[in-house]
Amino acid sequence: MINFQFSRARDVADAILLLTGHPGAKLIAGGTNLIDLMKENVEQPSRLIDISRLPLRTIEETADGGLRVGALVPNSGLAYDPLIEQRYPLLASAILAGASAQLRNMASVGGNLMQRTRCAYFYDTATPCNKRTRSSGCSAIDGLNRNHAILGASNSCIATNPSDMSVALAALDALVHIAGPSGERTMALTDFHRLPGETPDIDTNLEADEIITAVELPPRGFASNYSYLKIRDRLSYAFALVSVAAVLELEGNAISEARVALGGVAHKPWRSAEAEMALRGQAATVEHFSRFADSLLQEAKARSHNGFKIELARRAIVRTLMQAASATPQSQAHKKIA
Amino acid sequence: MNAYVGTPTSRVDGRAKVTGAAKYAGEFAADGLLHGFVVAATIPCGRIARLDTSEALKVKGVLDVLTHTHRPPLAGKDDAWKDEVAPAEGSPFRPLYDDSIKFNGQPIALVVAEDWETAKFAATLVRVEYREEQAFATDLDAGRSKATEVKQPHEPRGDAVGALAKAAVRHDADYLIPTEHHNPMELFASTVVWDSSGRLTVYDKTQGVQNVHKFLCSVFDKKPDDIRVLSPYVGGAFGSGLRPQYQVVLAMLAALALRRSVRVVLTRQQMYGLGHRPATIEHVGLGAKSDGTLEAVTHEATAVTSRYEDFARNDSGWAEQLYKSPNSRYSHKLVRLDVSTPCDMRAPGAASGVCALECAMDELAVALKLDPIELRLKCYSDRDQSEDLPYTSKQLRECYARGAEAFGWSKRNPASRSMRDGKELVGWGMATGVWEALQMPVAARIGLTANGHAEVSCAASDIGTGTYTIVAQVAADALGLPIENIDVRLADSTLPQAPVEGGSWMAASSAHAVLGAADDIRQELIRLASAMPSSPLAGVDVADVILVGGTIAKAGDMGSAVSIADAMRHGKLERIEKQKLNHFAEDKSYARNTHSAVFAEVKVDEQLGVIRVTRVVSAVAAGRILNTKTGRSQIMGGVVWGIGMALHEETVMDHRFGRIMNANIAEYHIPVNADVQDIDVIFVEERDDRINTLGVKGLGEIGIVGVPAAIANAIYHATGKRIRRFPVTLDKLLA
Ligand SMILES: Cc1cc2nc3c(=O)[nH]c(=O)nc-3n(C[C@H](O)[C@H](O)[C@H](O)COP(=O)(O)OP(=O)(O)OC[C@H]3O[C@@H](n4cnc5c(N)ncnc54)[C@H](O)[C@@H]3O)c2cc1C
Ligand code: SF4
Repeated sequence: MINFQFSRARDVADAILLLTGHPGAKLIAGGTNLIDLMKENVEQPSRLIDISRLPLRTIEETADGGLRVGALVPNSGLAYDPLIEQRYPLLASAILAGASAQLRNMASVGGNLMQRTRCAYFYDTATPCNKRTRSSGCSAIDGLNRNHAILGASNSCIATNPSDMSVALAALDALVHIAGPSGERTMALTDFHRLPGETPDIDTNLEADEIITAVELPPRGFASNYSYLKIRDRLSYAFALVSVAAVLELEGNAISEARVALGGVAHKPWRSAEAEMALRGQAATVEHFSRFADSLLQEAKARSHNGFKIELARRAIVRTLMQAASATPQSQAHKKIA
Repeated sequence: MNAYVGTPTSRVDGRAKVTGAAKYAGEFAADGLLHGFVVAATIPCGRIARLDTSEALKVKGVLDVLTHTHRPPLAGKDDAWKDEVAPAEGSPFRPLYDDSIKFNGQPIALVVAEDWETAKFAATLVRVEYREEQAFATDLDAGRSKATEVKQPHEPRGDAVGALAKAAVRHDADYLIPTEHHNPMELFASTVVWDSSGRLTVYDKTQGVQNVHKFLCSVFDKKPDDIRVLSPYVGGAFGSGLRPQYQVVLAMLAALALRRSVRVVLTRQQMYGLGHRPATIEHVGLGAKSDGTLEAVTHEATAVTSRYEDFARNDSGWAEQLYKSPNSRYSHKLVRLDVSTPCDMRAPGAASGVCALECAMDELAVALKLDPIELRLKCYSDRDQSEDLPYTSKQLRECYARGAEAFGWSKRNPASRSMRDGKELVGWGMATGVWEALQMPVAARIGLTANGHAEVSCAASDIGTGTYTIVAQVAADALGLPIENIDVRLADSTLPQAPVEGGSWMAASSAHAVLGAADDIRQELIRLASAMPSSPLAGVDVADVILVGGTIAKAGDMGSAVSIADAMRHGKLERIEKQKLNHFAEDKSYARNTHSAVFAEVKVDEQLGVIRVTRVVSAVAAGRILNTKTGRSQIMGGVVWGIGMALHEETVMDHRFGRIMNANIAEYHIPVNADVQDIDVIFVEERDDRINTLGVKGLGEIGIVGVPAAIANAIYHATGKRIRRFPVTLDKLLA
């Protein structure tokens, strides 16, 4: 057997202790991503630290009127939580657009943030992949890259982050609470995932001996004008080709605030503060949204098979913003696009 | 009496399946069972330079690692490896035979351990060095120019090429069908149970136990009695289990080497190293007069095969059955690539070829400004043109009419992009389906006991199609017994003969074997009953006597009834056993086919290209439907397959590595529930007294044929875009 130690962390401090000085250690929560990768010999942790019983399963109100979601809250528990449904329906919608009911029951908030790319080469140890083995080469750049990044990619890696939840969290300006040997810290979700650069093997800015304890949602949930639209190769149970999380604050028909995050297009949820600023004060029209989309996708770069994603993203952005503006958010139960 | 035949009888094995009592090949237990795990090649072509198993052998719990240099003997001649359905041309693949690598994913070693996890782990420690000898090729598009022509499905008639060139209206195009994999729910598995006498009982996932039995006897040089093969339940196969698969050879090798019972279960990923629907380029040319009658049909299929076997099916010849044309030419070409040999997959040949033909007919209808059904009726062929034969029955016209009515076809606006529903473009398309109505030699044995219970047995497999149920129905009716009194035993190589279950031939073939055996039982019972003192049946004409309600009686005269129990008791018989091989009159003066008309509605988001198949109506003419419930399920399953073929399914290969890159069912897409909406199945009445006694034709494949074309045609109607490279995904619509 590939021998690994298995320990059950008693508390967060214990989990950190078990991680410290043990670079091959991995936390395991729902296991829906890590175990798959272990079965394919992509991940070979020397120590597995089971955190699934840690008391990080609550959703609590914060002093400033936001919510703090424990890292072990299951994805389904989060999506169906009444407070989330009422105040952060964008998040509920994005989660329900992902995976299947069975997977969502197992998957945790922390694990979802940490899930790895679905790039086929990353999964296949018979092919080179920089993300799996540093400096081995990227098979996707000149290979099958229909569902690879159009934004923020490097010459080392063009993989995308597959999470739906993270896209909504990015649009909501969520914070990630992290605990490590030197204490606790928080990080904006938009800073949590990295671009691949020269070190695509490192997905996030979480240190090896740190653990995610919670995700914090700021008070503003944009429950009136939001939408999450996921475009994929079948009507359910497939990773996004492109997804869009959009929230708006409107005064009449004028936009006082707009936030848009894209999924399926980059190594991290993609936002542009500049483009969002430019929407402020504008009327919520197709024309303005199109201009916004162009600006958000300004640096998009096509590879051999994924050029369609640029135009698809452009159209999806406009549609999602129109859904948000008209308060007709995309339903994840009815597959017809609103 | 038909108490059961033709009714929606529920599956007799349904309870066993849903409660888990039904056991599959990988579930049989044995004392001291060992587990094998396959090590698969990671290059498509070359030789094994070195195989180092020493690290794997050191793992505690590992008993052995079998390789081509370390294994029990295997037959050396190709003939020994040719199973019942092996291609005529070529040399079948032999696992662990020598150092050559013929395809990526080929098994090159089997680790055998006390448990599966240990075997799987140790498999990662087997070190392989390859010698890559020559450039390899796995891409059909790139290899097209090197295609070689093999058999033609039919002789050419007239001068199709010339007539096509001269035709007033012409349509000529390539349609591309990608490689597809069957992905049955059940993983391929074999459990070989070893007993000290040396006899081997093999539980195998297969569509034909006798095929596997014969194959194993020849490959391992065993006598028929040394091996018994069983496959009582099969969790789907769709053609992937027609040929014996390599895991059964590996499990046998390990059992023989270690003299222990061994189970080998493939992983989902490894199953992509088995057979597949070959990628094909279907070139269809149609030439018509301006009135819509055809002048010429040409259809050339260029399909992938392996380097070591020529797998070829009838892709291109189906217009011969469907559309009248004075000139025709059909051909089949092969491109030999470094991949595993393709194999039959639901409606092999037809699913791909008719897809292309029916898309082409749609394009021709547009060019002619004719309604697609009208065009098909103008060319409707009442005869199979290649042999100029009439059909035993052909209710295809009725399929068009009934299907169109149920679908509401008359409300279709013929212009593309003319119908919409909010942001979605609506499209209605249709296509024809056709398949063969085949029948094969099958024998059945019936053992009737005096208490009115019967056991019916036959080596045929039930791959989920409902064979257990229809055999029970036919037997119950023929013996005049309640279905609860019928026990059916199938899929054991020691039972009466049956070929592989495939080609949609098993329903007709097994039903008539049962009818034959039941008739012998009837005659025996009449003999017994008439011999009773003052028998009401004395001297009666045998032809007038039926079995009904547990009695032997003159038809329509229950006063003459003698109970089976009395007749057998009087004859001092506890059990009557009869075995019969079916017999079909070899009448070559008719063609035999099943037909369908498929109608599809799609809604396509105009901006985003997202496609939804909102309705499918499939009107099928396939003779008598033995069981309207399992029959309907077959057709619905075929429609779902057709949706997958139209929109989702594609085995994606990286030709630089010659490696399949979506070898799992998260990334190899098939329809999920959300992709499947309304499906309406109509069985069009089709009496057929010529084909066989019951008038049965079979339903396994006709359900898929035509569906992908109907959907692609609907997408054209919705969007004005003709996508000829399947599957039709949204990026192609946006392009
Ligand atoms: C077939 C399939 C389809 C899917 N489809 C989708 C989809 O459409 N959209 C989508 O968004 N997702 C999809 N998923 C992915 C799914 O959402 C993730 O697998 C899941 O969210 C991971 O959560 P987990 O708790 O099971 O993580 P695990 O598998 O337990 O862990 C994953 C990683 O996170 C790390 N980790 C876990 N918890 C913490 C923590 N508290 N702190 C630090 N590190 C931690 C682990 O060390 C590991 O590296 C799919 C998965 C599958 C198998
Ligand atoms: S894109 Fe990234 S994950 Fe994919 S092969 Fe290249 S380096 Fe590996």
